[in-house]
Amino acid sequence: MSFRGLLLAGAVAFGLGTAVAQAQSAATPQAQYFPLQSYRVGPYAAGGTGFFGGFIDYMNLINMRDGGVNGVKLSWSECETQYIVEQGVECYERMKNHVPAPSAWNPLSVGIAYAMIPSITADKVPLITIDHGRTDSTDGAVFPYVFPLLMNPYSETSAIVNFIGSRVGGDDKLADKSIVVLYHGSPYGKETIPIYQLLAKKYGFKLQQIEVPDPGTEQEAQWLEIRRIRPDYVVLRGWGVMNPVALKTAQKTGFPADHIIGNVWSNSEEDAKPAGDAAKGYIALTTQATGTQYPVIQQIENTVYTAGKGDMADKSRIGSVYYNLGVVNGILNVEAVRIAQAQFGDHTLTGDQMRWGFEHLDLDPARVQQLGAAGLFHSIDVTCSDHEGHGLVTFQQWDGTQWHRISDWIAPDWALLRPIIEASADKYAAQNGITPRDCGKQVASNAP
Amino acid sequence: MTRANAGAFAVLLVMALIVPLIPSDYMFDAILTPFLAVSLAALGLNLLAGYTGQVSLGSAAFMAVGAFSAYNFLIRVPGLPLLADFLLAGVIAAALGVVFGLPSLRLRGFYLAISTLAAQFFVQWALTTVDWFSDGDTSGVLTTPPLSIGGVTIDSPVRRYLLSLSVVAVLTLVAVRLVRSRAGHDFLAVRDNELAARILGVPVLRTKLFACAISSFYIGIAGALWAFLYLRTVEPAGFDLDRSFEILFVIIIGGLASIRGAFLGAAFIVVLPLLLSRAGGAIFGQTFDSGLVDIVEKIILGVLIIFFLRVEPAGLSALLARVPVPRLGFNKNFGSVS
Repeated sequence: MSFRGLLLAGAVAFGLGTAVAQAQSAATPQAQYFPLQSYRVGPYAAGGTGFFGGFIDYMNLINMRDGGVNGVKLSWSECETQYIVEQGVECYERMKNHVPAPSAWNPLSVGIAYAMIPSITADKVPLITIDHGRTDSTDGAVFPYVFPLLMNPYSETSAIVNFIGSRVGGDDKLADKSIVVLYHGSPYGKETIPIYQLLAKKYGFKLQQIEVPDPGTEQEAQWLEIRRIRPDYVVLRGWGVMNPVALKTAQKTGFPADHIIGNVWSNSEEDAKPAGDAAKGYIALTTQATGTQYPVIQQIENTVYTAGKGDMADKSRIGSVYYNLGVVNGILNVEAVRIAQAQFGDHTLTGDQMRWGFEHLDLDPARVQQLGAAGLFHSIDVTCSDHEGHGLVTFQQWDGTQWHRISDWIAPDWALLRPIIEASADKYAAQNGITPRDCGKQVASNAP
Repeated sequence: MTRANAGAFAVLLVMALIVPLIPSDYMFDAILTPFLAVSLAALGLNLLAGYTGQVSLGSAAFMAVGAFSAYNFLIRVPGLPLLADFLLAGVIAAALGVVFGLPSLRLRGFYLAISTLAAQFFVQWALTTVDWFSDGDTSGVLTTPPLSIGGVTIDSPVRRYLLSLSVVAVLTLVAVRLVRSRAGHDFLAVRDNELAARILGVPVLRTKLFACAISSFYIGIAGALWAFLYLRTVEPAGFDLDRSFEILFVIIIGGLASIRGAFLGAAFIVVLPLLLSRAGGAIFGQTFDSGLVDIVEKIILGVLIIFFLRVEPAGLSALLARVPVPRLGFNKNFGSVS
């Protein structure tokens, strides 16, 4: 038997063991813990710093202004993922045994969220994928712990078509219109292809869907084809650098920016600003308005930033698209805590109790106003069977320096989409041996 | 049994019998399972690049082929045993490896490396474009179905780890035998001097294609392990060019043409950054921005790579062999016939 072999193996085992032992954190009394798989470096850092900055600032506001939620302080720690799936999974493994236990996961990444679904379902801890994620996880009977809050990709598609309908003078006027969807050549970009086809059939508009290969720095060919088609509207389903390049190329080929409608991943300052002049007039969908005029954002500036505890290094980004999404995400998480506390008591809640909180997350416009977020987002009403929560969307136009809201709050056609979502969820359930819950018989689990 | 084999066997015993007793999901799901998958992929690439001298930048493509083949066989062939599924995934990857290995008959060195990029881009494009591969799933990101072997469900971190370990151990044993066989000597002959090998009667074409096939077979199974036992999700974006580079770096740092080099390199590339990140998080996590800590960790890792390659350009495997533990240590030539 080799001495060095044993020595080596022993050293490896010992090293790993101590690394693990160090990870066990000390217990903190009465705190609600949020693990944050953030991304502050890498190509998507602009989105990550804005979103997680807004989320952290809102939690800080609750701790500083209210002393936590009914006396239970919010706590969190960050783990850098760079938007890479393996790093996100490693962060999940690292933080899942934290004491107190995680309340909910908010990775803001489709890839990381998918990789976590089996694990968080076994752990019974909610996974929040606000504005994105697996569309069929809207069906809470099959996905009890996954919440694509506010808007899933199908709803987004439907809302965009409804918005174009309102621009041309009613859905019945869509029949003689022509729409081109310019999508990113990735699973994300392709996800809504069948839904656009379905809506084209329903409303009778002419539809062409054109792919832009990743990363999308070269789009001459696609825009020449668009020029040939002469559509009334172009829907931009872009990602990253593809968005400003699309706007610039559109300008070169003479397509008007105010007839380009961006989706939720083409709607930030970082998408429009680099295109300079070409972006002026560009319209994009959002679930949360931009700006700092809302009381909740004002309070964050006055309470958190005045005390020097703000998370944003660049204060001018407060009120931007990603930042405000982070704040809205903070509101939804914190209100789920509050609602679950009303059911289970004002103490540290388990993941499963948080799931109950999210499934009863009902914030009507009056409650949203109480929270100081009127106009920031509309409302949400999550139930056991609907994990999206009937979020409304709005549209904003870029004036060259910032976004302005140009539409009312618009509702997607949920009734049309629901059967497709259920069919997909049922297929997932069959493949994975899941018996869907009966959402009619939902009872609260009182186990601590 | 030689001393070298005994050393490796001792490591295996510890990994199989003592390590599973450590009560930590983190260690299995975040460290050891990905370590084993990357080691296996690196072992596969080492057979091609290290032993046969054919540099490839398409490793991630073959991992993707393995992962997607395993997924499709599993959902489309009811009742297929899991191990047979992995085996089939390896065979599909091997078949594709032969196809993309054909340029190696004409091209050498850097030119061959560039031509293997074709595999990298073609496979990713095909997997994103053809819906059939992802079973028509709308998002293209797949969740792996529940796994079981002979009635035992593979549902805990330790079980996933033990299954990975078994697969990797068996395939490593096969690789050790292979490189010491006639075929292994042919590999080295082709690497060292193709013309001389031809004159000595080594069938150069067959040897190159065989190396491509066996290498892709290993990498394909590594891809299946990566997707099924580690991430438990399958998506084309996870097998991009960065992954191919990572595996190439593993064998360069671990040591070319060395079996244990693949494992040492994988430990360096996969495990060390995690330990650094844990240390960085524990020491600076509260005071500094997590992004900043991450960048500092990258700098430290880069410095370590330069340091180790400066001390021993032939890789960690050669470095370990130099550590003076007379008479008791690994045989210098363990896993290597050169």
